[in-house]
Amino acid sequence: MTDERTSTGSRPLMPVGVGPALPVAPGDGEFEIASHAEPVARSQWQLFWRRFVRHRIAIASIVVLLILVLLCFGASFFAPFPNNQQDLLLGPVSPNGTHWLGTDELGRDQLTRLLYAGQISLKIGFAVAFISTVVGTAIGALAGFFGKATDQALMRATDLFLVLPAIAILALALEFFGHTDTVIIIVLAGLFWMSVARVVRGQVLSLKEKEFVEAARASGASPLRIIVRHIIPNIIGPIMLNVTLGVAAAIITESTLSFLGFGVQPPQTSWGNMLSDAEGYVGTSQSYLLYAPGLLILLTVLAVNFIGDGLSDAFDPQSEKH
Amino acid sequence: MATYILRRVLYSIPVILIASFLLLWSVRQTFDPCAQFRTSQGGAASVARCRASLQLDDSIFTQYGHWLGDAVQGNLGQSQQTNAEVSTTITSAFWYTIQLIFWGILVSALLSILLGVYSAIRQYSIGDYTFTALAFIGLAMPPFWFGLIAIQFLSVELKDVLGTSQPVFGFVGLHSGDSTGFNMDYVRHLVLPVMTLTVQIIAEWSRFQRASMLDTMSADYIRTARAKGVPRRRVVVRHGLRNALIPLVTVMALDIGALFGGIVITEKIFSIPGMGRLFLTALLQGDVPVLEAWLVVTAIFIVLFNLLADVLYGVLDPRIRLS
Repeated sequence: MTDERTSTGSRPLMPVGVGPALPVAPGDGEFEIASHAEPVARSQWQLFWRRFVRHRIAIASIVVLLILVLLCFGASFFAPFPNNQQDLLLGPVSPNGTHWLGTDELGRDQLTRLLYAGQISLKIGFAVAFISTVVGTAIGALAGFFGKATDQALMRATDLFLVLPAIAILALALEFFGHTDTVIIIVLAGLFWMSVARVVRGQVLSLKEKEFVEAARASGASPLRIIVRHIIPNIIGPIMLNVTLGVAAAIITESTLSFLGFGVQPPQTSWGNMLSDAEGYVGTSQSYLLYAPGLLILLTVLAVNFIGDGLSDAFDPQSEKH
Repeated sequence: MATYILRRVLYSIPVILIASFLLLWSVRQTFDPCAQFRTSQGGAASVARCRASLQLDDSIFTQYGHWLGDAVQGNLGQSQQTNAEVSTTITSAFWYTIQLIFWGILVSALLSILLGVYSAIRQYSIGDYTFTALAFIGLAMPPFWFGLIAIQFLSVELKDVLGTSQPVFGFVGLHSGDSTGFNMDYVRHLVLPVMTLTVQIIAEWSRFQRASMLDTMSADYIRTARAKGVPRRRVVVRHGLRNALIPLVTVMALDIGALFGGIVITEKIFSIPGMGRLFLTALLQGDVPVLEAWLVVTAIFIVLFNLLADVLYGVLDPRIRLS
């Protein structure tokens, strides 16, 4: 953060509108200085941050998401039982004092499984969003900036993928490449980058006609520099929004694929995978196994979507009216 | 209008051809079309015969030409698992799926337009907030989980509460016993699958319709119409809704692919022998002819739907067909 504010005498710096107003005694020399204080200049990031923190649900969502990540990735510390510990004599028991969320057929503690499964689900969600955004932004920016052949190829390729249900393509691809979490991340990212690329391309197409890009070009900036230093910072809003959309879509898609049997395979466990097991328990005495994995997916995706909402409002204050 | 439709049709032909070629190629990369003969008696000879009949030793282009030549004559080969004609299998499966798609689109279009328009003209009312919250939840929920929960609550537990012998909403197939046709039994079996299929779509479309309606209602011509004294209801329906529907039609067309994805989940959960189940079994068994036909038929169906949406788009917005 750059601090461009000018110091006004001995008064402590205080951003306007933040914190309690300083009591100003009349006749005190301070008053005059305060009223003539130069307007406080804020960087784009400060403005953005101030708008973002006003979005209370988004802030709460960040907290929720952090707690979830902490619990899942610290599972070896937080989980009440060791991972995959079976208790065949115990078998399935409903939620109680020892097993807060009950146990499954093999006597495995559901809460413990949930936390470890969360590692895979969250990892896939974040990794897919990150990879597809980086790749999609790079290709979209190149296609939009240089146009012509790259642009045509990108648009036609995405057209092709629109004629098939994504689930079918992904299931087929996973049959071909295998079912480990790394493969799933790569295959999902391999499909998801295209929507990011289309968004970025559209933005770049309109931005590259702007004066500031012309100015940069006139002063001798290379195309790479123009893209990285001048164009990307201006579309960071839509890009960040796409990261959150990507996390949500990846988590839901992974769970769906795992539910259908084409995603994460045992002994690896994800939330979708646990629901695939639970399908057989609908309407039985073990139906309690149905709820928690789905609720965690719901909670995670909800949190990510709210953060995305906060981000897009903060980047584009005009969107708040809807 | 005719040239506009013709142009759209001509554009979709190469899309289908290229897509079907890529699909055929990727299916044959993933599965061995002659795998079934490898374990049978006299394996080597049968495998050779199978490879020869599918021309597997030729280039993928020749294979595609061969397959395409048969396909346009309605010959999609035979299933490797059941030996049934693939065209017959697909036709019977398609009938179930088309019912789900039909009711799915009907319900989600009506509901989301209704909810979207209501939320827009009563912006920031309690109803608007409720629907917004529900839409957020609907979008964040894996649809298959919604289906499972719906069975648990609306079939199993509701049955216990009411003490009836049969669940109010069926969750296996589209009819119970040997009942057929459109009757109460059919409706009771449709409710849960259609809910599962549409929950996410209604959430998305209604949000979209709300935004588009809000945009339209703040346009100048709406204020003009109101100022001229046109009744509010008429302004909303004739001036507002008609224009606000245009963006929704595009989104609907783009989502048909997602709807087909939803079919796979829905038919698995509710044991409906449609296209979705056919795809799952074919993929698990590596049934190459069925997979190829399934993917291509689905692609054609989705392209046709996009075409329909384009035409509808042209009807709703005269500016489109002229450009």
